[in-house]
Amino acid sequence: MNSAIEIEHLSVYFTGGRTTKKGNPQPSTIHAIEDLSLTVEQGTIFGFLGTNGAGKTTTIRILLGLLEPSQGKAQVFGMDSSRQGAEIREICGALMEHHGLYERLSAYENLEFYGRVWHMPTATRRQRIEELLTNLSLWERRNETVSTWSRGMKQKLAVGRAIMHRPKLIFLDEPTAGLDPQAAAALHADLIKLAKHDGVTVFLTTHNLTEAEQLCRQVGVIRQGRLMALGTPVELKTTLKNNKVIVSGSGFDETILTLIKSLNQVTFAHIEDGHLIIELASGSSTAPLVNLLVGAGVQIEEVRKEIASLEDVFLSLVEVKQ
Amino acid sequence: MIQDIFTIIWKELKEIIQLRGKIKGGLTGILIFACVFGILMPLQAGKEWVTEPIVLLPWAWLPFILCSGIVADCFAGEKERHSLETLLASRLSDTAILFGKLFSTILYGWGLTLICSFLGLITVNIAYGKEGVLFYPTNILVGLVLVTFLVATLASSLGVLVSMKAKTVRQAQQIFSISFIVLFIPLFGIQYLPDSWKIAMRDMFVAADWQSIAIWALLGLALIDAILIMIGAAQFKRKQLITE
Repeated sequence: MNSAIEIEHLSVYFTGGRTTKKGNPQPSTIHAIEDLSLTVEQGTIFGFLGTNGAGKTTTIRILLGLLEPSQGKAQVFGMDSSRQGAEIREICGALMEHHGLYERLSAYENLEFYGRVWHMPTATRRQRIEELLTNLSLWERRNETVSTWSRGMKQKLAVGRAIMHRPKLIFLDEPTAGLDPQAAAALHADLIKLAKHDGVTVFLTTHNLTEAEQLCRQVGVIRQGRLMALGTPVELKTTLKNNKVIVSGSGFDETILTLIKSLNQVTFAHIEDGHLIIELASGSSTAPLVNLLVGAGVQIEEVRKEIASLEDVFLSLVEVKQ
Repeated sequence: MIQDIFTIIWKELKEIIQLRGKIKGGLTGILIFACVFGILMPLQAGKEWVTEPIVLLPWAWLPFILCSGIVADCFAGEKERHSLETLLASRLSDTAILFGKLFSTILYGWGLTLICSFLGLITVNIAYGKEGVLFYPTNILVGLVLVTFLVATLASSLGVLVSMKAKTVRQAQQIFSISFIVLFIPLFGIQYLPDSWKIAMRDMFVAADWQSIAIWALLGLALIDAILIMIGAAQFKRKQLITE
């Protein structure tokens, strides 16, 4: 599959609010991105995760040719972002950190403006605006000034604006922030449809890890400008050795707890809300543990190995390495 | 390119009308200007309002005041409202964004001034046109159209430059006001010149060929406008605006 985005050893340094080359670093230089390399395949949803100030927005700005890299290069559909920014912006849609709507204008006028910006013919433009506003449940309120709307409604409209001209690549910076669960679910469905049926590539930054897990084929975790992990959500989850076992049943007491703790493969054990929680050493099997408990007279109803979520992976990458 | 400039003008004028079209947004101010320049002053001046070249002086002020009221918002306002980044992330070229914003301010200031001058013409005709229709002589009409256009361009190009550099609308307005005062310092300084210089200047004015002076003044104004626009174009840096 062809790549939509290719980033190779990208570094971005700011001095006095401007990007600088590595050759002339100064004490006040901020390292926004450090040696970032990643590839995003066409027609997929890529999730870019990171805490505030991690470098997510700077990466989007570089890819759109709005900032100059200090080192390395970024390509979008084979075009160099530092030399062909205008061509890249021609085929992309973006919802940046702020919704960027014109609040004095109505919803219809906001979409009308960006439809004109992308040279959409009048009939197509009107049809597309109606289609988008209807899908977003905003058609009835199309003539209202955007300033009177709630944050969630503005966010919905901003998403609509980003996909208005049917771009090949969409950058969405926190698209579901402020959306109600119903609207967020509708947007998720739309994004999946865009990627699967229309072949649109989506570069998504989010703090919502469940969202990333549901939507993204590939996920990158960035911290202080450095890429900490890259892979499918399943791959990332398997990198986290989570050996917690939860045993439900009856007969748990201090004697059983002492017996369990005496085992070499058990690193920690305690009783919580009537459940026996055991943490096993890396590579340990659960079967001998179960046999031991049954032999000691414990009535077991369920033995469950806890599976790491993407959130666990994210927190382990962001917190442990701090 | 031209289509993109028109797109920006369409959006800017829509925003100005949405804001200025409301009582709180400045409609009252526009109506006051229309009453003063379109009704009161023509009534007071009489037929001379359309026949004397001196009327070009008040007309030269109006576009400056109108443009300066809105131009600070063009970039600084978008920065404040966080809509500039989305605009810069679009396919629009630097030239289209810059000239779209510049021309929309010029059109607003110049257009309203021409409407006021037309209103003044109607007022004078209603009040003093019993002997026939009164109209601007050709030289005054050409002067009026050119002077108001060049002054609107001066205010807009200076304002766009200031607004581009300012972080907030308030800061842009403050810098613009200071620039405005600096431009007029030479006029304030005249009263402090030695008496002999003042007399020499007065004699020079009396003997002056006003038509030539007007032509040179217009050319000078056009040159200043062109320089300011070129500075604005050179200073428009998408990458810098993003980081600001």
